Amino acid sequence: MIKHYFIAACAAVMSLSAFTAAAQSNAAAPSADQQLVQRGEYLAKAGDCVACHTAKGGKPFAGGLPIATPIGTVYSSNITPDKEHGIGNYSEEDFDRALRHGIRKDGASLYPAMPYPSYAKVKPADVKALYAYFMQGVQADPAPNRGVDITWPLSMRWPLSVWRKVFAPAVAADGPEDNSPLVRGQYLVEGLGHCGACHTPRGVGMQEKALSNDSSQFLSGGVIDGYLANNLRGDARDGLGNWSEADIVAFLKTGRNSHSAAFGGMADVVANSTQYMTGEDLSAMAKYLKSLKAVKEGTAALAYDDKTHQALRKGSDQSPGAMAFLNNCAACHRSSGKGYEETFPTLALSPTVNAENPASLIRIVLEGAEMPWTHKAPTQFAMPGFASRLSDQEVADVVTFIRSSWGNQASSVNASDVAKVRKQLPEKKTVEAGSAPLAKQ
Amino acid sequence: MAIKKDKVDVVMVGLGWTGSIMGMELTEAGLNVLALERGDMRDTNTDTPYPKAVDELKYSVRGALFQDLSRETVTIRHTLSDVAVPYRQHGSFLLGDGVGGAGFHWNGMMYRNLPEELEMRTHHEQKYGKKFIPEDMTIQDHGVTYKELEPFYDFSEKVMAVSGKAGNLKGQIVAGGNPLEGERSDEFPTPPLQYQYSASLVEKAMRDVGYHPYPAPAANASQPFTNPYGVRIGPCNYCGFCENYGCYMYSKASPQTTILPVLLKRKNFEVRTKAQVIKVNLDASGKRATGVTYIDAQGREVEQPADLVLLTAFQTHNVRLLLLSGIGKPYDPVSGEGVVGKNFAYQYNGGINVVMPKGTQFNPFIGTGAGGVGMDDLNADQFDHGPLGFIGGASIRHVRYGGRPIKQAGTMPGEKVPNWGSEWKASVQDAYQRTLTIGMSGSVMAYRDCYLSLDPTYKDANGQPLLRMTLNWKENEGKMLTYIAGEMEKVGQAMNPEKVVKAVRKTGSSWDTRVYQSTHLTGGAIMGTTPKNSVVNKYLQSWDVPNVFVYGACAFPQNMGYNPTGLVTALAYHSAKAIREQYLKNPGPLVQA
Repeated sequence: MIKHYFIAACAAVMSLSAFTAAAQSNAAAPSADQQLVQRGEYLAKAGDCVACHTAKGGKPFAGGLPIATPIGTVYSSNITPDKEHGIGNYSEEDFDRALRHGIRKDGASLYPAMPYPSYAKVKPADVKALYAYFMQGVQADPAPNRGVDITWPLSMRWPLSVWRKVFAPAVAADGPEDNSPLVRGQYLVEGLGHCGACHTPRGVGMQEKALSNDSSQFLSGGVIDGYLANNLRGDARDGLGNWSEADIVAFLKTGRNSHSAAFGGMADVVANSTQYMTGEDLSAMAKYLKSLKAVKEGTAALAYDDKTHQALRKGSDQSPGAMAFLNNCAACHRSSGKGYEETFPTLALSPTVNAENPASLIRIVLEGAEMPWTHKAPTQFAMPGFASRLSDQEVADVVTFIRSSWGNQASSVNASDVAKVRKQLPEKKTVEAGSAPLAKQ
Repeated sequence: MAIKKDKVDVVMVGLGWTGSIMGMELTEAGLNVLALERGDMRDTNTDTPYPKAVDELKYSVRGALFQDLSRETVTIRHTLSDVAVPYRQHGSFLLGDGVGGAGFHWNGMMYRNLPEELEMRTHHEQKYGKKFIPEDMTIQDHGVTYKELEPFYDFSEKVMAVSGKAGNLKGQIVAGGNPLEGERSDEFPTPPLQYQYSASLVEKAMRDVGYHPYPAPAANASQPFTNPYGVRIGPCNYCGFCENYGCYMYSKASPQTTILPVLLKRKNFEVRTKAQVIKVNLDASGKRATGVTYIDAQGREVEQPADLVLLTAFQTHNVRLLLLSGIGKPYDPVSGEGVVGKNFAYQYNGGINVVMPKGTQFNPFIGTGAGGVGMDDLNADQFDHGPLGFIGGASIRHVRYGGRPIKQAGTMPGEKVPNWGSEWKASVQDAYQRTLTIGMSGSVMAYRDCYLSLDPTYKDANGQPLLRMTLNWKENEGKMLTYIAGEMEKVGQAMNPEKVVKAVRKTGSSWDTRVYQSTHLTGGAIMGTTPKNSVVNKYLQSWDVPNVFVYGACAFPQNMGYNPTGLVTALAYHSAKAIREQYLKNPGPLVQA
C-alpha cells in the first residue's frame, strides 16, 4: 500500500518536471537507485508495456492477454520479477535481448506482436532504467505463462528468427544527450511509443513498411483489430494537417480535443500510457508528428459547408441517410455535424470520417465507442452501438450521408462493406468494457 | 457468526448525492472512505445509453430504477388513531435505489432558499407576532442562515453545471433573473435553457399581471461545462425523457455525471454494492458509534468498523436507521417528547391548467426536467400573510417535461372523458398541442402529529420493522394553495386562453397515496440549535452520538415550496467543511449543547 502511494506520488511529481538526469532538484530527493526505478516506471508508461502484458482482470505485467495474429493467438508473457514464471532470473543483458532484439532468454525469437523492431531504438541508458523498474518497482506475480494457440506446423518458431533477421533494425547506442524537441519527439514516437505498430501499413511479411520517416508510408495509417489507425502525417483531410501541436498534446493527454476523440486501441493507449507523459514529451512528439509531410501533397483542405445543416433543419432532405442521421446521431453530433467541443466529436471535416478506408467509421457506428478515462478529463463520454438497431443497408446509408455532408468528401459505403465489418466484431463487446487505466490512481 | 472487516476512517450508508459529495470531500482530506450501497452499480454508459434509455414503459410505468417495494417499503397512516398499512406500489412518491440514488433520474430542479425560509419561526414571530404560528405547527429555525450557506449553494451549482440567470448578484438586482432571490456571489455556471413556446407565453402573462418571472434554475446543463472536479457535463437535448430516466446526454446532473468519474478512481475510496446497512453499532456508552452492520450480496451479516459514520441514504432510510440503532430519543407525538421522527413533512402541489385556442402548437415533446419559467412572488413570505391566515407559499413554475405517449398524453382538462375508446382518443388529440400546466409546489409546515416511527407490525425482507409515516394534509396548506391558485388563475386568464382549469385539492381532503405528487419527503432527523429541539446540529452532527452525521432532507425542520436538493447539497458541503477543518483535528461535538 505504502509503496503504491510512493510510486503514485512520484508519478505525480514526474508529470510536472522534465525528465532528464540533470533536472532532479527536489529537496528530499530519492536515492540514485530509486531515481532509476522511477525513470524506468515513466519509460514503461511511455512504452505502454502494461497494456499487452496484463490480462483483463489480471495483475499488472503478469501476462496472459490474448493477442490475435494471422496464424493464431499468442498470449503475452509474465514480465513481473517472479523467479519461476516471470523474468526474475533475467540479467540486464537478457532483458535487453528480449526488449530490443526480440530474443527470449532461452534463445527463441519472439513473435512480432512484441514490437521489438520499434523498441530497438531505445537507448541503453533507458533500457537500464526499465530493467531497474521491472526488477524492483513491479510486484512479482506467479501467474504461469500460457502457450500459443497456433496449430502445427504454423507453431514452429524458426521462421520467427528468419523474420527477425530480415526485418528487425540494429539497436540504438547511447549517444550525446540531445533533448531538443524534434529529436526527443522522434525518439519517443519511433521507439517506446511504437506508434508505427498500429499506424504504419504492413507488408506481405507483416512487417511495418517503414520504421522511420525515410518513406511517406511511415505512420500513414494501418488497420489493426478491424479499426483503421489513422494517418498521422500532414494530410489535411485524413491526417493531422489541420491539427495544431496543442491539439495533438490535448489528444494524447485526455483522449479528446476539438477535432476528435480516441477510440478503439488508441483509447487504451491514452488511458494507460500517454496521459502520464510530461507536457514536454508530448509537445516533442506533437512537434515531430507535425514535421511529417503529407502522403498526398497538394491535396486541398476541406471547407465546412452549411448546406447539410440547413437541409436537416428545414426537413428538406428526407433521404434514408438523412433520416437515419436525425433519428440516431443528431442529438449528439447535431444537424450542423459539429458535435459539442470536447464532448461529442465533430463529424464535419473529421479525419476519421474522411479516411478512404471506412473501417473505423463503420465499426464505431455498429459497436459504439467510449472515451478513455484520464486524470485531466475523467468523463468517459460514450457513443452507443447501433448494430442491433440498424441494418447493414441503414448503416451504409447513414455512413454515406455523413461522408458526403458538411463539406466531407469521402467515398460512399455499401451494405456489403458493413456486413464485412459486422462479421468481424468481437462477440458481445459492450460500450461499458471501456478504457480505464488498469490500475487505480 | 458475523464477518468483521478491516476498519476504515469513514463509512457511509448509501451512495447518492450526499454520499458522493462527502466521499469527494473526505477522500480529498486523505481519509479512507467506504460507501455501502444496498443497490447496484449504475453508470450512464452501461445502464442508460440511447435509445435504451428512452423507454417509458420500463422506466415511468414499471419504475425500473426505483426501489423494489416487495423487499422493503414504508407503512402509511393519516392520523394517530389509524392503523398504518404498507405502500405496495409506487404512487405518491418514487423511492430511488442504486448508486446515484434518485439523483440518477430526478428532474434536476435545483433551488437555493429564500433567506426567510431558514428562519421560519423567528421571522414569522417577529413579523406577525408570536400568536401567528398555531400551537400544533411545530416549525422552527434551521440553525444556519442563508448567508452562511451561500458559498455552498454556489459550489453545488458549479459541480452540477446548473443553468440559470442570476437576479441578485452581490446585492445588485440584475435583469433577466429572479429579483426576489437571496443574494448570490456568482452567476450560474451555464446560461438558462431555452424557453419552450409555452414558457414564453406564461412568462409574458406573469409579467402582465405584475409578477417577476425568471428562468427556472435547472441541473440540466444548457451547454457542456467542466465542473470544479474536472468532470465534464454534456448539453441538454430537450428530449423530454428526464424524470424517471437516466440521461444519455450526460447533461442531467447526477453523481454519475458530476462526481463519480473522479471519486470511483481514488485509491482511498471504495464502494461495496448490494450491501444493505441494517444498524449503526454503538459502544457500551451509547455515545460513540463503532461502525455499522450490513447484509452483503450473499445474505451474510458483516460488521464494518469505522471512526466516522455518515448516514447518506434517502430521508426515510436515515431516520429509520437512527430508530433501529437507538440513536437519539424517538419522538412521541402524544407527549411531545423526543426528537427522532419529529416534523415529518411533504409537498403540497397543485396546477393551473391552461387550454389555448385550437391551432396552438406547443410541441410538448420538446421537454426538459427543470427548464422553464418560474416566479417567487407567492413563495415563502414574499407576500403579506397578515390578513390571509396561513403560513407558507409556493414555488411556481411552468416546466414542460415532455409529451410522452403513455403518461403525458392527457385528456382535455376539466372534462369527464372515458379512459379508453374513441372519445378518449379524440380528447387526447384535442388537448395534446394546446394545453399547459403552471405548477404550484407548495410548502408544508411541520405538525405535532405528522411524524415518523417504526411500524409495530410490518417488517422488511431482513426482518426489521418498516418505517411508518403518519401524515395528512392540514388546513393551513389547503388555504395556502387555494389562495395562490386564485391568484395564478389570473395569470392563466391573461394568456387569452380558451379556458383555465384549476387543479387544487379541496381543503380538508386526505392524502391520496396512490397518485404521484412528489418525492420531497422531509424531516425526521431535523436540524436545530439545541438537542431539545433537534436531532442534529447545523453541521448535521448527531447531538447524541458525535461521530454520526446525518445528511439529506431529513434535516429540514419543515418543507419549503422549492425542491430540496439545493439545500441538501449545500448543507452537505457546509458539514464537510466543518468536519475537515474542525472535527478531524478535534473529534467531538462541533456545537456546544
